[in-house]
Amino acid sequence: MTVQQSLRLSHADAQVIDAPVDFEQALATQARRPAEQKSRGLSLTIRGLRKSFGSNEVLRGVDLHIPAGQFVAIVGQSGCGKSTLLRLIAGLDAPTVGTISFGEETRAEDIRVMFQEPRLLPWASVLSNVEVGLGTDRTSADAKARAESALTEVGLAEKRDQWPSVLSGGQKQRVALARALVSHPRVLALDEPLGALDALTRISMQQLLGRVWHDQTFTSILVTHDVSEAVALADRVLVIEDGRIAHDINVDIARPRQRGSADLAALEGSILRNLLGPGADATGL
Amino acid sequence: MSIVEILPRVRSFRLPRIDGLTQWIVPLVILLVWQAACVTGYVPARVMPAPTDVALAGWKLLVSGELAQNIWVSFWRASVGFLIGGSIGFAFGLANGLSQLSSKLTDTTLQMVRNVPHLALIPLVILWFGIDESAKLFLVALGVFFPIYLNTLHGIRTVDPQLIEMGRIYGMRNSELFRRVIFPGALPSIFVGVRFALGIMWLTLIVAETIAASSGLGYMAMQAREFMQIDVVVLSILIYALLGKVADSASRALERLTLSWHPAFQKH
Ligand SMILES: Nc1ncnc2c1ncn2[C@@H]1O[C@H](COP(=O)(O)OP(=O)(O)OP(=O)(O)O)[C@@H](O)[C@H]1O
Ligand SMILES: [Mg+2]
Repeated sequence: MTVQQSLRLSHADAQVIDAPVDFEQALATQARRPAEQKSRGLSLTIRGLRKSFGSNEVLRGVDLHIPAGQFVAIVGQSGCGKSTLLRLIAGLDAPTVGTISFGEETRAEDIRVMFQEPRLLPWASVLSNVEVGLGTDRTSADAKARAESALTEVGLAEKRDQWPSVLSGGQKQRVALARALVSHPRVLALDEPLGALDALTRISMQQLLGRVWHDQTFTSILVTHDVSEAVALADRVLVIEDGRIAHDINVDIARPRQRGSADLAALEGSILRNLLGPGADATGL
Repeated sequence: MSIVEILPRVRSFRLPRIDGLTQWIVPLVILLVWQAACVTGYVPARVMPAPTDVALAGWKLLVSGELAQNIWVSFWRASVGFLIGGSIGFAFGLANGLSQLSSKLTDTTLQMVRNVPHLALIPLVILWFGIDESAKLFLVALGVFFPIYLNTLHGIRTVDPQLIEMGRIYGMRNSELFRRVIFPGALPSIFVGVRFALGIMWLTLIVAETIAASSGLGYMAMQAREFMQIDVVVLSILIYALLGKVADSASRALERLTLSWHPAFQKH
């Protein structure tokens, strides 16, 4: 069995089992991406990054290195500049000062963004919406086939000819994910992509995100309000405060991770305390 | 048989037909009442001819070929005027919606001209063009221009900026962005403009043909007035109503066809 297959298997299991996972066992089945497995992702280095809007300095010196293939979650209070940072990384805005560089030369198709709103074209079928994600390859002969396989990946193959308006919120977000993935990006930047979904849909979307990240081994940067989402998915959680990275926390918990497990809850609690500042008791709120 | 037993049958009989026929019930009733009022002498024939008289007048004009000739002339003026004014309005709407510079240059001027009622220009237009075709075409085109200009502009300006950003992120260049995002996004608003413009088109044409023409439906009505042919006058009015309805239905059909993605046009 190849490493890829075993990863996929262990993930499929994770969705069925309800009992707490045996971590020894999980580790033994290669649940963490082994170092020797080559990632398609790009590494990312940010140096002395600042961003101001007029006189409002939102980012005040961000230094960060993200190794290829890592899953990084960014949390912080509302308005602290998470979206700003993500937009800079995705190249949607230009930094005021500082540099952002990727490990290798990149094409536009290598970096994809997903937002809280699905941003689907209401006048295009689900399939053509996914085709948009191919970028300049949209016109190539195999565009349809590639879009179809991306749709299959997110489990929406049978909706290919529907209008987006008939889909549920979660389904729309899955189409947006398929559109982001269809060009096989090497960096995926996500700005609260699950923020507008109900709790159950959000959990199944988290599993989907975790699975495609495992399978496609891109570098993933997820901005989220939900600390439990951050610790469930990420290798590393960054807390932004006062325009800087105030905390950089390794999530050293084996995958597949079990929602509600003691380790995750403990880590979530400590990150929440960081977020809320000293003196606040996150669990007592 | 109790009412409970009848109801389901009545329902199953009526429901499938409701769409096509219901809308004609009221016009039909009006027609019947009108005919009854005329036949009983309640309304004198000098004031209002009976529907049958109008139909007879229509038949005579049809046989003589006069009717078809006049309808054709009016239809031609309406469509050519609409095409000219509509395309210019659409072009300005596009230009001002897409380009800041163009908008700065022309929008204020156009908004000022818009406040002049175009029918107030009739005396001037007659002085310029006399009563030949260009006078009518000019007036129709001018009337049609503004609703199309304003709604095209509004449609383009209100396209969701998030969708435009999405298009740019996914590497769409200007022409593709326009084709895939901006134009489809503006289309519902453009159609609103087209429907408004169709109404203005007929109105303008009636007035223009009544005042300054030597052919067409409006001219036919004015001619008939001179000879006290009230049935022909009423006939012309009815034909205008019918043509207006046809134009509106055509634009609705086009709308349904091109906006099938829109939730408002989806069948359940
Ligand atoms: N285009 C802009 N022009 C001016 N100010 C901006 C712009 N974008 C963001 N800001 C400001 O930058 C600050 C950070 O905004 P940002 O959207 O990055 O916050 P955030 O951390 O994503 O918040 P949230 O969690 O609520 O999404 C805010 O004070 C906001 O007003
Ligand atoms: Mg944000």
